Amino acid sequence: MSTTYLEAIREGLWEEMERDPNVFLLGEDIGIYGGAFKVTAGFFEHFGQKRVVDTPISEAAIAGAAIGAGLMGLRPVAEMQFADFISCGFDQIVNFAAKCRYRWNAAVPIVIRAPSGGGIHGGPFHSQNPEMWFVKTPGLKVVAPATAYDAKGLIKSAIRDNDPVIFLEHKALYRRIKEDLPAGDYTVPIGKAKVVREGRDLTIVTYGAMAWVALEAADTLAGEGVSAEVVDLRTLLPLDRETVCESVKKTSKVLLLHEDTRTAGIAGELAISITESVFEYLDGPIVRVTAPDTPVPYSPPLETAFLPNADKVIEKARWLFRY
Amino acid sequence: MSATQATRPERKKKVAKAAAEQAELAHKCLYYMSLMREVEDRIERKLYRQGKIVGGVYVGRGQEAIPVGTALLAEPDDVLFPSHRDMAVFFIRGVPLGRILAQYMGRVDGLTRGRDGNMHMGDMSRNIVSIISALAATVPVAAGAAMALRYQGKNGVAFSYFGDGATSRGDWHEGVNLATVQKLPVLFICNNNQYAYSTPLSAQMACANVADRGPAYNMPAEIVDGNDVLAVHEATKRAVAHVRSGKGPYLLECKTFRMTGHSAHDAAHYVPQGLFDEWGKLDPITQLEAKMVKNGWADQEELDRVHSRVRSEVDEAVAWAEQSPYPDPSTLLDGVYENQ
Ligand SMILES: Cc1ncc(C[n+]2csc(CCOP(=O)(O)OP(=O)(O)O)c2C)c(N)n1
Repeated sequence: MSTTYLEAIREGLWEEMERDPNVFLLGEDIGIYGGAFKVTAGFFEHFGQKRVVDTPISEAAIAGAAIGAGLMGLRPVAEMQFADFISCGFDQIVNFAAKCRYRWNAAVPIVIRAPSGGGIHGGPFHSQNPEMWFVKTPGLKVVAPATAYDAKGLIKSAIRDNDPVIFLEHKALYRRIKEDLPAGDYTVPIGKAKVVREGRDLTIVTYGAMAWVALEAADTLAGEGVSAEVVDLRTLLPLDRETVCESVKKTSKVLLLHEDTRTAGIAGELAISITESVFEYLDGPIVRVTAPDTPVPYSPPLETAFLPNADKVIEKARWLFRY
Repeated sequence: MSATQATRPERKKKVAKAAAEQAELAHKCLYYMSLMREVEDRIERKLYRQGKIVGGVYVGRGQEAIPVGTALLAEPDDVLFPSHRDMAVFFIRGVPLGRILAQYMGRVDGLTRGRDGNMHMGDMSRNIVSIISALAATVPVAAGAAMALRYQGKNGVAFSYFGDGATSRGDWHEGVNLATVQKLPVLFICNNNQYAYSTPLSAQMACANVADRGPAYNMPAEIVDGNDVLAVHEATKRAVAHVRSGKGPYLLECKTFRMTGHSAHDAAHYVPQGLFDEWGKLDPITQLEAKMVKNGWADQEELDRVHSRVRSEVDEAVAWAEQSPYPDPSTLLDGVYENQ
């Protein structure tokens, strides 16, 4: 039976809670209601109030309490109702959680789940991609799965990890994609990118919902005789530069793609990393397709113009191919 | 002729004048409350279901007395921070209905020109500050606006609106603390509709009333029946007088009930049906109408006229909004900064 991206996260959480009694959940409306997106539907009934904690609307307290419980040896998984509200708990995450290990060698084994991304007409405060706020913060890990398989494997790895992990789940993928998952326990390593489509002529590096855009573009490009390789980063921090550079060595051309806004998006970091390591392999400029530097607009024609899509990727890829 | 005899007609006149004023106020309240009900019904039950509104829709059905009873006391210099169930504030400040509907539909004539949706809108020419989604984020901003009003020598008041759930945010506490310690002219208005999304008040705070938070800040706090618009108006009068006289903030907790799900996609199965039934009987519009008839301020025919006037105004506004174009995608980059 195929499993949606949302169900995959649910299964991962469920199995980890069954496996380890120290794992518990906290967040707004996650208990009886089952969460704004219903990721935790049924958890309260099964695991009880002790392990599924409905909190007040207090993101700083949710993040802070997760840290406190984590320091004491529990494995809290906190839910932000929307990733956009993670900013309300920012200090706890970037200053408290992120710096414990380095300063005084204390483990903060927490996961903060954050439904992120646009394409659902959510407007400026229900559509953001906040990854780079955290990628700039040493001590955190930031993962952003694109597939149901990775979502399940990565949530498990995140829960088992002894450092704080920001788990970005893309809202537009929740019910849109599904696949057959293997029975039984498996994990996907944090910090490992994956070549999700092999190609010869150029590499598209991306993550999250944009992985699907890249694959769609690669299909069309294949019909035109352009063979595109697609690398799904899966984790943004720590960044798997090696897999990216290996692919660039093979194709010699690279297009960086993200839904996040342009300036200081992960594309910038990737570009300099590629230049540092495999410059001599490049046969063309490093190019990028990203959202522009604006808030995420609400009105459909504006949001459509804002979001990267396959057409924008194809156009850029053709140019790069001919270069 | 004794003194009492001399003043009797005077007193009679005064009583009559007060009654006429009450009647006039009641009519005004009825109009704005009915308008809010009608606009939000159209938004939630028609335009949203027809797919003409694609974003989140949160309505204030059953809570109309709160924005109406309070905002009617706002002076032109006062600055208002309506939250997501306070639409009537926009009507009272003169924002055209069509522009509000265009906002929901993502059209260029919405207050945010399609950049944001629903109640996420403001208009500084009318001293209305837009919320952001993050609850209670406007509370410290209201404190700052009040600081400016005092700084500028205006005798203005900042009206800060929020729900019960929003008072759990640190921003709320920081904003209230700053406002009280600085004795800033802020009127804090809580719509306590007893649920925050699926979370009942008892899971939100350990105190029974939001007003119980007042003493911790040495701030006067008052509880009022939020379904009785005239009572809300009366309490606001007292509160505004306190705030305007320079004595510092005042917290008004309006008890009410959210007669809908959290948003248009939420069926609110977690709310016991009995509560809807109980509060349904306390509908603020029905209550006001009954009072108006009982006091002889209006007859049924007059009430019907108000509703048909409201319906035709909303018909016209919807038609106007539907004619408003979607924003041109080529304008996507405009307006991130002043000269761009
Ligand atoms: C900081 C923050 N966290 C979560 C949300 C999601 N959210 C939107 S409205 C809402 C409930 C608000 O309850 P309350 O403040 O009581 O206002 P009501 O909706 O009941 O009028 C929640 C949790 C949000 N908007 N902001």
